[in-house]
Amino acid sequence: MSSDLFQYIIRLGDNALINGQRLAEWCGRGPFLEEDLALANTALDLIGRARMLLSYAGEVEGQGRSEDDLAYFRNEREFRNFLIMELPVGDFAFTTARQFFVDAYDYYYYRALQDATDTTLAAIAAKTLKECEYHLRHSSEWMVRLGDGTAQSQARLTRAVAELMPFTPEFFAADEIDQVMQEQGIGVDLDTVATLWNNEVDRVLREAALARPPLSFTRGGGRQGLHSEHMGFLLAEMQSLQRTYPGLQW
Amino acid sequence: MASKPAAALLATDMRAKQVSSPPPYTATGGLSAGSGIRQARRILEQVADPEIPVLTIADLGILRALRWRHDRLQVIITPTYSGCPAMQTIADDIRAALNRNGYTRVEVITQLAPPWTTDWLSAAGRKKLLQYGIVPPAGSTSKQSLRVPVTGLACPRCQSANTEEISRFGSTPCKALYRCNACLEPFDYFKCL
Repeated sequence: MSSDLFQYIIRLGDNALINGQRLAEWCGRGPFLEEDLALANTALDLIGRARMLLSYAGEVEGQGRSEDDLAYFRNEREFRNFLIMELPVGDFAFTTARQFFVDAYDYYYYRALQDATDTTLAAIAAKTLKECEYHLRHSSEWMVRLGDGTAQSQARLTRAVAELMPFTPEFFAADEIDQVMQEQGIGVDLDTVATLWNNEVDRVLREAALARPPLSFTRGGGRQGLHSEHMGFLLAEMQSLQRTYPGLQW
Repeated sequence: MASKPAAALLATDMRAKQVSSPPPYTATGGLSAGSGIRQARRILEQVADPEIPVLTIADLGILRALRWRHDRLQVIITPTYSGCPAMQTIADDIRAALNRNGYTRVEVITQLAPPWTTDWLSAAGRKKLLQYGIVPPAGSTSKQSLRVPVTGLACPRCQSANTEEISRFGSTPCKALYRCNACLEPFDYFKCL
């Protein structure tokens, strides 16, 4: 049971960590100063969330692994994030579309997780929900601004949405761990989250004057540790310092 | 994360404290552990926030509780934002301030529940913020104030309500950037959370 809980928390933690790591690549490269600050601030929230979750995962595991051990000393196959998180940042439209899909998911997921019987997860969820809400508002507005903007911004966002949509069904593919956690009153009902997420996506796409692309294929595997070719490069950059000088502190 | 039923713990811990290690400021003689807490609180009420130095951690509502756990003084703090980089500095500053004043065994514990809200900003803190040029959170926390842009904030310099948001994210996670259309100066707004 505790290993199911460990895996469950690791998944949440890895999603936040890898999303935060990707988003942080924009720091100093944002399209303009205000957006640079927004992207970096959001990345900071995500990494803060990852720290809380990975610390707790280490506690649950009970083998003395810290948040840093889990972030820097696991190999690619041991990471459990959704594939969408590790995709390269792309252009600003791609980053915006990914963030919107993820923010909407996080918002409804953590809103439900607040009621978890596990008090630590419930506390993390309540804390993180306030930030998710702010992120969602920000990325939704950019969706509308780019989608209902110039021919150029609309073309780029349309392409980004089409590229990213096949990665979203992985959000809702419940497996045994999800089922066990839900039975214990910890995990959330993914069907409910899916309905809310779909409504939100439809609403914002409509406002952005974009058609929702049909789903001809889907991509997944991150939750089983089967990652895309981008993951190794991401980890190499993220982990190189700790791997070179284990235990190094600022 | 490490929230414990404080009331029952406190009483026994205070007794243990008196037996195992005398308060560090014995010059005054016979101080109870209770006043040790009061003294420590007074010390911590002077610890400034590293990002907004006009505010203390008490003004911000980051400082939640103090208690003895055997011979260790536990300081319970709560983070403002999950990723706020100031939290590490704040924990270090707390330890340093207490160590300087003779509290040698200090443990800083981060507690997440209930989550921090700008409603915990003290009245004095709100006043200090405004004098410093940062507009304090408008009203109390609600979904509305977070998702809908806040309009009509009074400029901290010229008091005009003709102001607009220019960036939802500012120099620290807790602030947004506004501009006054009357005096044309930008100013920080402390977001509602």
